[in-house]
Amino acid sequence: MSQTHRDRPWVFRTYSGHSSARASNALYRGNLAKGQTGLSVAFDLPTQTGFDSDHPLARGEVGKVGVPIGHIEDMEALFAGIPLDRMNTSMTINATAAWLLALYVAAAERSGVTASQLSGTTQNDIIKEYLSRGTYVFPPEPSMRLTTDIVAYTVANIPKWNPINVCSYHLQEAGATPTQEIAFAMANAIAVLDAVRARSDVPAEAIPDVVGRISFFLNAGIRFVEEICKARAMAELWDEITAERYGVADPVLRRFRYGVQVNSLGLTEAQPENNVIRIVLEALGVTFSKRARCRALQLPAWNEALGLPRPWDQQWSLRIQQILAYETDLLEYEDLFDGSHVVEKQTRALIDSAKEELARVAKMGGAVAAVESAYMKQQLVAANTRRLREIESGERTVVGVNAYQETEPSPLTAGQSILVVDGSAERDQVESLRAFRAKRSAGEVTSALRALDDAIVSGHNAMPVSIRAAHAGVTTGEWADALRKRFGEYRAPTGVVAGESSAATGDTESVRKRVRVLASRLGRPLKLLVGKPGLDGHSNGAEQIAVRARDVGIEVVYEGIRLTPAEIASSARDEGVHVIGLSILSGSHGVLVVDVLERLRAAGCGDLPVVVGGIIPEEDARALREAGVARVYTPKDFDLTRIMDEIVDVVALQAGEAPAQRAAGERSP
Amino acid sequence: MEADLVARLRNRDRAAVAAALNLADDQRPGPRAQALALLDALERGEASPGSARIGVTGAPGAGKSTLLDALLRGLRRTGQTVAVVAVDPSSQRTGGALLGDRIRMRAGGGDDGVFIRSMAARDRLGGIAEQTWAAVAILCAAFDCVFVETVGVGQSEAAVADLVDTLVYVANPGSGDTLQFMKAGLLELVDVFVVNKADTGAPAQRTARELEAGVRMAEREAKSWEPPVSLVSARDGTGVDALLATLAAHRRYAIDAGALRARRASGRERFVIESLTRRYGTFGVAAIGGSEGVIEQLRSDPARSSFGAASALGHAIESALGSPR
Repeated sequence: MSQTHRDRPWVFRTYSGHSSARASNALYRGNLAKGQTGLSVAFDLPTQTGFDSDHPLARGEVGKVGVPIGHIEDMEALFAGIPLDRMNTSMTINATAAWLLALYVAAAERSGVTASQLSGTTQNDIIKEYLSRGTYVFPPEPSMRLTTDIVAYTVANIPKWNPINVCSYHLQEAGATPTQEIAFAMANAIAVLDAVRARSDVPAEAIPDVVGRISFFLNAGIRFVEEICKARAMAELWDEITAERYGVADPVLRRFRYGVQVNSLGLTEAQPENNVIRIVLEALGVTFSKRARCRALQLPAWNEALGLPRPWDQQWSLRIQQILAYETDLLEYEDLFDGSHVVEKQTRALIDSAKEELARVAKMGGAVAAVESAYMKQQLVAANTRRLREIESGERTVVGVNAYQETEPSPLTAGQSILVVDGSAERDQVESLRAFRAKRSAGEVTSALRALDDAIVSGHNAMPVSIRAAHAGVTTGEWADALRKRFGEYRAPTGVVAGESSAATGDTESVRKRVRVLASRLGRPLKLLVGKPGLDGHSNGAEQIAVRARDVGIEVVYEGIRLTPAEIASSARDEGVHVIGLSILSGSHGVLVVDVLERLRAAGCGDLPVVVGGIIPEEDARALREAGVARVYTPKDFDLTRIMDEIVDVVALQAGEAPAQRAAGERSP
Repeated sequence: MEADLVARLRNRDRAAVAAALNLADDQRPGPRAQALALLDALERGEASPGSARIGVTGAPGAGKSTLLDALLRGLRRTGQTVAVVAVDPSSQRTGGALLGDRIRMRAGGGDDGVFIRSMAARDRLGGIAEQTWAAVAILCAAFDCVFVETVGVGQSEAAVADLVDTLVYVANPGSGDTLQFMKAGLLELVDVFVVNKADTGAPAQRTARELEAGVRMAEREAKSWEPPVSLVSARDGTGVDALLATLAAHRRYAIDAGALRARRASGRERFVIESLTRRYGTFGVAAIGGSEGVIEQLRSDPARSSFGAASALGHAIESALGSPR
């Protein structure tokens, strides 16, 4: 057998972290031992939104969707025994990215590694937080300043760091078409680079190096041919933009470098074993074409629509990458698609349409303006509404969901098939945080916070003072509070006021009729409150529910994200709604929903029906129903009109009416 | 029953406020009669000048909710209690509505002195319907200051102006709505102009200058209030206190000059005519002497509430037309 040349594979990662720094460290070490080649840190929502674990808004969220990092000792524990000078670490952190990077640098320094030896990525992309992911804290302008503080700092001090991952990933999750994904991501990158270029502390000759450090984070959906073309289109467009707009002469610095997490939102709860096949195909979309191959790949686990994956589930996804890179001959060839007129034609079409969209956004004043005016958000909500309608109508096939639902019982889901996080994680974390606060030097903390405030007010780079604060023992909540005080907080436009959605189907007409009939019996139009308790900012589901409810004639009070149970209860009473819809994707439904129910009772609205949607395992759903929740919806409930019909049932039942007889032969819920 | 509810409203019992608002929205005959009795009692028992009623209107995207949030915080600092009726358009096709104003009004979170109620405009273009009048009457019983927020669509401002003591128009810098505004001939309805987003700098300044020029050109009654133009940034708080002072000054002016009383009286007259016309048509109103007849009736009995008058005159129309209810 002759020795053939093989390209070096991309970096293998798994997005992970939960419960505590120590538990996550054990997970990381296990994953590395199995052949993972980089780390991808998932932080919990309080850490992402700048709250300490004992803050009221953190209740129920600590250690849920990621690891809680409250101070330098948590960061040290997270990487204990992992040599940071040889590790490539990606951190999914945005609003508080400057702080988590500061903690990472400080923890490295304590282990004898200097900042200049570090390599990795901070996601640090605030625009998509406003559009989709929802863990923003500050208004756009100061957020962009923090983003560029990190860019300016790392280019000078951590040369191997990717200071920002411009994300189109979450745009696709929010419903973006490939054209929108390309155009909005490019507009976002331009906004960041323009802001860096405008800084007085970044000399013009440093701009090519800055451009060379910008990386992207893409989604890869199941339409994998289109995804290949999308990545190729982005590579070409980025090369053009960096050459023309930023005058980068060196083609190496113009390379389109990107990491990927393949589509999690498209994974199905029904027949979840099929997700393995989806993940493989989606991985192909971003590795097939050498010219546009990802630099790092993280694959979700097959059971993510059911709940948190176990280590074995994550191992299975890692094995997919290893088989693709080491068993197949993929890495032995030049680009497989060069010269393909089909791929070339589709790529060209995407570039052309993306350029048109990019020009539209530029005319509005760029990405930040298009966020603030809600243009981008409205476009995404409308695209997502169309996508969901296609699934409902069967125009878009989702195997096991809207087609081929017949199935044998799956041995994979018999018994416990997800990870259950120990309920004591939050309590332990709060205790260790308090112990940490008690032992640190109050004087050092105060003076570090004063230095931070001075830098914020005077406009100096926030990174050096944040690193100092990390060493001094400042906590995540204290750091973010210092910035909140100067920057204020922000609420992004929701996009749900976008015009009418696409033409009504027969289904919506019949529900609308029921809504009208019920309204005349109730004496006034049906009114629904939609909101998201807790810190989870993934608002796409809640938005689609709100839009569909409006389309069946319901008056919808859309209250948005980051609400306390007390706020939801008092809004529901003040607004005089007939029913409440809560959406929670962070897994903290147990604590938060029960809290809402209790506060409703205390507000004298105990009989107000509550429906809940989220990634909710059946056992939890049963517990919620027993606690008084009228209906629980999970990702398998894709038929929004059907959900509306049931909401009408719920309200009618509350008003003392029997639910309407449904025609025989309808889909089961 | 009304007496009890009235007392609970005056004590700012939030459950009672919410229940009264639900009742006032209820179109079934029984609740409607109860609501009319309640509203009649509230209006007759109203102190003079009573709570401040302020309308906030402007084009979509002008930042009305964000501005209101800043005003609420400012008023709360001075100890005043505040309520907001936020009106958003309904879909004309489906009848549904997306009411999203709470998102930007976070001042209310956990504060007992703030009450926000979202309302759908239903089939009213500007959203000022009988229910809005009723909501304002109920909220005035419980709160020191009541705001009505509506989307300005060029035709609704007059209806808002009838309902409030002070009408604020929020302009979006550089959007060209100033010109729209002048064309619509609404200058004489507005009491205070606000150019929001003053942090945008030059565009805000330019819009303010355009508005000032417009105000100077408008023909207003002699000695009347000349509407000031306030530059405000709801985002960083610039100009919010000054705007609150301007609103207070307008209220003082209106009370002292007797304008408040006159405005409320004429507003009520138009409300009753409008309400009767919607219910019975111009033909019905003609049966009791047309608008002039209605105004005459109202002036002959100033102690009567507008809701009570609308109800009684409705009965008069029904019997004049000979149609049983």
